Parts: sequence; structure tokens; C-alpha cells
Amino acid sequence: MREINVSEITNAVAKLCIDANCKLNSDVYNALENAKKTEESEIGKEILCQLTENADIAKNENMPICQDTGMAVIFVELGQEVHISGGKLTDAINEGVRKGYTEGYLRKSVVKDPFIRENTKDNTPAIIHYDIVEGDKLKITVAPKGFGSENMSQIFMLKPSAGIEGAKDAIVRAVDEAGPNPCPPMVVGVGVGGNFEMSAYLAKKALLRPIGSHSDKPHLREMEEELLERMNNLGIGPQGLGGRTTVLGVNVESYPTHIAGMPIAVNISCHVTRHAEVIL
Amino acid sequence: MKIELTTPLTKEKAAELKAGDIVSLTGTIYTGRDAAHKRMVEGFEKTGKFPFDLKDQIIYYVGPAPAKPGQVTGSAGPTTSGRMDAYAPTVLDNGSTGMIGKGARTKEVIEAMKRNKAVYFGATGGAGALIAGHIKKSEVVAYEDLGTEAIHRFYVEDLPLVVIIDSKGNNLYETEKAKYRKN
Repeated sequence: MREINVSEITNAVAKLCIDANCKLNSDVYNALENAKKTEESEIGKEILCQLTENADIAKNENMPICQDTGMAVIFVELGQEVHISGGKLTDAINEGVRKGYTEGYLRKSVVKDPFIRENTKDNTPAIIHYDIVEGDKLKITVAPKGFGSENMSQIFMLKPSAGIEGAKDAIVRAVDEAGPNPCPPMVVGVGVGGNFEMSAYLAKKALLRPIGSHSDKPHLREMEEELLERMNNLGIGPQGLGGRTTVLGVNVESYPTHIAGMPIAVNISCHVTRHAEVIL
Repeated sequence: MKIELTTPLTKEKAAELKAGDIVSLTGTIYTGRDAAHKRMVEGFEKTGKFPFDLKDQIIYYVGPAPAKPGQVTGSAGPTTSGRMDAYAPTVLDNGSTGMIGKGARTKEVIEAMKRNKAVYFGATGGAGALIAGHIKKSEVVAYEDLGTEAIHRFYVEDLPLVVIIDSKGNNLYETEKAKYRKN
């Protein structure tokens, strides 16, 4: 058994919260740079320039790229040979979120109850997904997610007879309906199969994959490429002000499903699609 | 062509702005998002008063990130305006002439804009660090307990905006999307 102390985990999570919120990952940055070359709309080009300039300012001044520093979504891959010492793993992660959001001057956007909307003042609790894996390592990915885009996400419980074409239509419709609200250009995470909650989990997880990467399943790769093209033909454009750059990337993740079902989840993200990771 | 606009935004000035105009805004504006709108409008229904004089004022839908020592504000880009749609007509009917945000508005808000000669401006969503550089002063004027959602008075210089919906109801989101839409 390898031992990892909770204090190490707390410090790592705190740093990841700050890094993810202040440094735009190179895949997103490069996608914005490339879009400047192909965007036909003048105002769209101007917006794309503002977005890369904004990312530069955030990085240089170590300030959040976007004021909505999100709910902290955390993916944990815990090696089964690891023993966590000194306290509870979940508490250590939440303590890291508390520390990162406080020391990093990140916005605290979490309320205690959906109906009694009192701010928790430290952005906890995080939303934590655990996965037990082989080995003696602990991998932590922090993916802060803002709600301008989260609010535009959708789940469809389609009939198998809808087929892949029906699924594609539903996914494109979700992006069309999102329109200017989720801060386009968007990144779109799609989860297909599983059940109700698994499809949503996969859609979120799909957002962690770099822009420009593809599914290793040929039919899903083809689906990703077709979806990207169709979404960029919607005309929404940067910030919804018209243009060709509506979506920077579409990632599809899948799981086996039931004979009666075809769950499709679309998790919409913005041009500030963030994640940072560490392996302890 | 960029229009240099200063506050207060009188109805006369607002009426001249057209959807698609690129605006550089200088002057005093107020912030307000979900919780502040709810409290402001519910308070008005009970007392007939708002926490500040709305006449010719612009409300920016924003909840800034906290300022570091020495900073005026942390990142401060717009939030999605649609969540304020339930309250916006009351705010417009009581003197406000402008809103800054991002995203679509309801028919009710657009009707209220037309009857009050008001304008909806878009700021660039997600460009919070860039926008913060245009905010030169910030002070809390109401609802301090709401934290980031408190009403702040900002002094902004050359804040980059686009007129999304003008006082006649022309809507840039609709006209521009149609131009680039294929299929």
C-alpha cells in the first residue's frame, strides 16, 4: 500500500482550482486562434480577438478568465493500492476547493439549497466523481463549470428507432436552442448510452478530452465530425452575433445501454472550458 | 463605426442607438443580477421604492470575482440576461434605459424596451479579465450581504459593447444568425 496524506491532496486541489480558472488550456486557445482565420463575420472576428486577449490578461495577471469560476467539478481516479491517511478523502478535496477559491480570489457561486439560496461563501461543496482504478497513484482533475452554459444542457431519452440520425438531430437542436446564452463559441460534450445519469456523467467527462481529439470508435468519430460541421452551419457565431464559429469542438463518449433505450446527454460548455489535473 | 457613449443614458440618446452599433461606454453604471433583482423588485412592490434612482441608468448583469488587494474589481464579464427577464419590465417601467448582459430576452422584455425607449447591450461573455480593466471605480450601494450579487456602482471607461436589441425592438441575434445559417 502506498500512503498519501490528505494535506497533500488539499494543497493539490487548491492549486488546480486556481490554475484551471486562470490559465486557458492550449487546445482551447489554439482553437480560438484558428477560428480567427476562418471566421467570416467581422464582429465575430472582433469577439474572437477579445477572447484571446482576455485569456492573455488572465494568464499574465493570474486572474480568472471568467468571473463565473463555476462549481468545482472534480474527477478522481484512485488507485486501489493507495491508502489515504490523516482524514477523509472527500473532506480533503472540499478543503482544497475552500482554500483555492479563497486564496485565489475566485468567485464563490454555490448556494446551500436550491430553494433557500444562501451562499456557502467558500464554493463548497464540490461535485466529485470517484473512479477506482488499478495502481498506486491518485489522479485528480479539477474542471470548474460555469452555469451560463450548464443551464443550456439537455438530456433526451430517445427511442432506439430514432437511430444515430435521430440522436444527431437532437444534439444539434440542443445547440441551436442554446443560441447566444452559453457564451459561444461552445465546446459540446455528448454522452450516449448507459442510463439517465450515466449519459450525463459521460457528457461531462467528454468535455475533458482535448479539442481536436476524436473517439477511437469509427462511427462516433464520424458522428463528432458531422456534428461539428452541422453546428457551425447554424449561424450562431461568436457570442451569438452571427458567424461560422459556433462550436470549437464536439466530443462524444459512449457506454452500453438497455435494449429499450437510447439516452443522449448534451453538456454544453463555453469558450472557457477549463480543466487542470495532477497525478499524486 | 464606434459610438462613444456616456451615461446617464437619456431616452433621447437611447432612441438613436441601433442594433449592431459598436459602443464604447464611459460613465457610471449599476450592477445587479439574480438575487439583487428579486430583492429590488419585491421591495418595490411592497414599498414603492428602489434602492437607487433608476432614471436614465444602465444596469449591468454581473457578479464580479473578488478584487485582489490593489485591484478595483476581479473579473467582471456579463451573466446570462434571461434570468432577469421576470424583473426587467418593472425596472424599465421605472426609469432604467439600458441593460448590459448576454443572451436572449423574452418578448415581454422587448415590449417593455419599446415602450420605454430602452436599449439592450451585449458585453462579451467570458471576457471577464479584459472587461475588469475598463472598470475604474467600484463601490457597493445596496444589499452588501449578497456579496458578489450586491448592487455595485461602477465607473467604466471605454467599456466595449454591442447594441443587441434597440429601442424599436430590432434584434441583432436574429438578423445576424439568419445571414450565416446554412441548410
